[in-house]
Amino acid sequence: MCGIIGVIDRRKEPMDGLRIKKALSQMNERGSGEGAGYAVYGVYPEYKDYYALHVFFNNIHETKDALDATLEQWGRIVHDEEIPTYEQPNLRKTHTPWRYFFKPDKKLMAWSKSPEDDIVTYLVMKINAERKGSLVFSSGKNIGVFKASGWPEDVANFYRIEDYAGYLWLGHNRYPTNTPGWWGGAHPFNLLGWSVVHNGEITSYGTNRRYIESFGYQCTMYTDTEVVAYLIDLLVRKHGLSEELAVKALAPPFWDEIDIMAPRQKMVAKALRLAYGSALMNGPFAIVVANQESMVGFTDRIKLRPLVGGTCGNRVFVSSEEAAIRAMEPDIEHVYMPRAGEPIIGKVIP
Amino acid sequence: MSIGAIPSRYRIRIDRDQCMLCERCIESCPYGVFRKNGETIHVDSRKCTACHRCIAMCPRDAISLLEHPIDYRSHPIWTREVRESIYNQARTGKIILAGMGNAQPLPAIFDRLLLDACQVTNPSIDPLREPMELRTYIGKKPSRLEIRRTPEGDLDLVTELAPNLEAETPILIAHMSYGAISLNAQKSLAMAATEVKTFMGTGEGGLHPALYPYQDRMIVQVASGRFGVDINYLERGAAIEIKIGQGAKPGIGGHLPGEKVDADVSATRMIPVGSDAISPAPHHDIYSIEDLKQLVRGLKEATEWKKPVFVKIAAVHNVAAIAAGIARSSADAVVVDGFRGGTGAAPRVFRDQVGLPIEAAIAAVDQKLRDQGIRNEVSLIASGGIRESADVAKAIALGADAIYIGTASLVAMGCRVCGNCYRGLCPWGIATQREDLTARLDPREGSVLVSNLIHAWTLELSELMGAAGINSIESLRGNRDRLRGYMLDEGILKVLDVKPVGA
Repeated sequence: MCGIIGVIDRRKEPMDGLRIKKALSQMNERGSGEGAGYAVYGVYPEYKDYYALHVFFNNIHETKDALDATLEQWGRIVHDEEIPTYEQPNLRKTHTPWRYFFKPDKKLMAWSKSPEDDIVTYLVMKINAERKGSLVFSSGKNIGVFKASGWPEDVANFYRIEDYAGYLWLGHNRYPTNTPGWWGGAHPFNLLGWSVVHNGEITSYGTNRRYIESFGYQCTMYTDTEVVAYLIDLLVRKHGLSEELAVKALAPPFWDEIDIMAPRQKMVAKALRLAYGSALMNGPFAIVVANQESMVGFTDRIKLRPLVGGTCGNRVFVSSEEAAIRAMEPDIEHVYMPRAGEPIIGKVIP
Repeated sequence: MSIGAIPSRYRIRIDRDQCMLCERCIESCPYGVFRKNGETIHVDSRKCTACHRCIAMCPRDAISLLEHPIDYRSHPIWTREVRESIYNQARTGKIILAGMGNAQPLPAIFDRLLLDACQVTNPSIDPLREPMELRTYIGKKPSRLEIRRTPEGDLDLVTELAPNLEAETPILIAHMSYGAISLNAQKSLAMAATEVKTFMGTGEGGLHPALYPYQDRMIVQVASGRFGVDINYLERGAAIEIKIGQGAKPGIGGHLPGEKVDADVSATRMIPVGSDAISPAPHHDIYSIEDLKQLVRGLKEATEWKKPVFVKIAAVHNVAAIAAGIARSSADAVVVDGFRGGTGAAPRVFRDQVGLPIEAAIAAVDQKLRDQGIRNEVSLIASGGIRESADVAKAIALGADAIYIGTASLVAMGCRVCGNCYRGLCPWGIATQREDLTARLDPREGSVLVSNLIHAWTLELSELMGAAGINSIESLRGNRDRLRGYMLDEGILKVLDVKPVGA
């Protein structure tokens, strides 16, 4: 099951977390009270040039010094603090959420074309794979992920999500089967600028994971969703595809459809399938992926999970359910259901 | 001194009440088991190979066959096979020849791998109602793409795609040469490959003009004997395969006994009539990996870089590193042939004792290519011991792009795996050149049998994929999460990168 939602204001007008909290709770039918989370873009304007690392510590006295030391080896901690939380009767605080604002030292990966991003990616992979009681679950600039085990309202109240504001929000209401109760297993998943919320199960996970691991990514979250964030990072950031083409690679048209395309279009579609066959995501899913500039929602090739789109002024909405969109924007102008594999895209107006 | 006769391997019995003396058994058996004497049919069981042709043709079901009618004293080490080989070699002083694949009673890893299916959390996909894609491209794939937006806003592919074979199923037909098998057998396979839109290999025996109509579905082989190779041959094939080795006999060359080299085979192979066609163990122009690269590029140059070039090797202990070397040679696909791969003729000691199981070889090669970031450089075709559609699914889940079937395609045409292919007397008209025997195999009927088999396996494969919630073959490839090992030891599980059942 799971319920997902996303909204972007294309003029980057900030929205506080109140409405998305309400909207996500509309979909409690789709969750089980064992995981919920929010991602917000534009949340740390005063630190917008630094990587905001959100970390779950198991036991902060045992773990934090080691993490600080690792980060200091690779750059400078500009500021760090505990993420404020507020006790909730139905939510057991099993981790201490912390945030760092971090500036990597780009000299340490001088050969790379994007040394800062690569250092942060490396650190996230390393820290999470080592499992020393620290888990980095959010690592983008001016982005924050807030998640925990519990119902969406409780998680929202735990972080007082209404105190945060941003121009792009994702939300997720989880019905876990794999890792219930584990905070790391809650969505959204994030890497650098990319955040993902996902409803469904990726039957091609083994293929996707082995593909992405051959590029140095490490899947450490025991769940199929993180692979989506890494695939998008690879296709868009490293291989330079547009978001539209990346979606076409992950959920491509069928060969029957490709065979009857115009020659030029056919060549592109065929080449995408040949090059990225191992990135093709199979099984039932609806996914919303976001970065600083855009939000993309799409489903598997035969749409085995629901996805609804909506627009209102400069805002683009996407969700598992229309009711959630209407809860967020009662005056919604246009609501529609895209076809399988057809993306809903909302981009920042330059 | 004589050691006398060794016990007969088979005993044939005729039910005299049922027998109507129609003599079809006599006609059927080229080995001379049956002979008419007055009003009875005499049987010489010692000549029997258990090919079953007589049993299949008897209108009254009057013939029965018993294997090992006479026991040796049982012994776990000194098996019947060991003792009989010694008697044989003590007599002849020679290497023992054998046919078909490895006959050692080793467990097949395929049988100890179980496939996955969906329940509740994700829906299975019904191939009768939803599209299911088995289309398989074999050849080099780009690792990344350059796509340009034209001024009109269209997308334009800048990256040049290497030639790929396009098959509608991942099941291809293996290389079995004209000479090893009959022209009618090759025609049957070629027509079947065309019918189901897949490909077949010519083997190292040249391309008979009767197969030209099917050349777009033929992969022409260049092996160490270079039999039948000229520019006409290379240009006719859809792809070219360099054969370095073969799973049934890794490290040695080909053997076609002179008995099978008639006028037509001789013309197609470009060798004298009746001569043994013994291809050398190594290619005489390949003594290192860079020599292979020259041959790959030479063949590409000769065919204007229009055709994919495959390189076939036997699965040997260091197969992964060898495949990685091949992937760097400009080759478009690497074919790995496991130790159960069949053959028309091989020394028994090689057939039974040298090489690796294909399952382990696929896993090792696929992982090595990924570790080195060159998986897209080559397709991986697996062969040797694929017996049913589940084996195909498991081979692909372990990491193969496609598979070859050899023995299975012959069994479809009647072959009983009797293992006497090297004698050239195949009663099913398959592994023989004797005209009265080859006439038994009608290519039209043979092709229907083979295409039915591939069609049936392809259907089963789509059902298995649908049950696993997968609607495209790419998502099964290398998807080892959808396999579990049952009664496999930790070492093998590690090589296969597969979890045990329940995990």
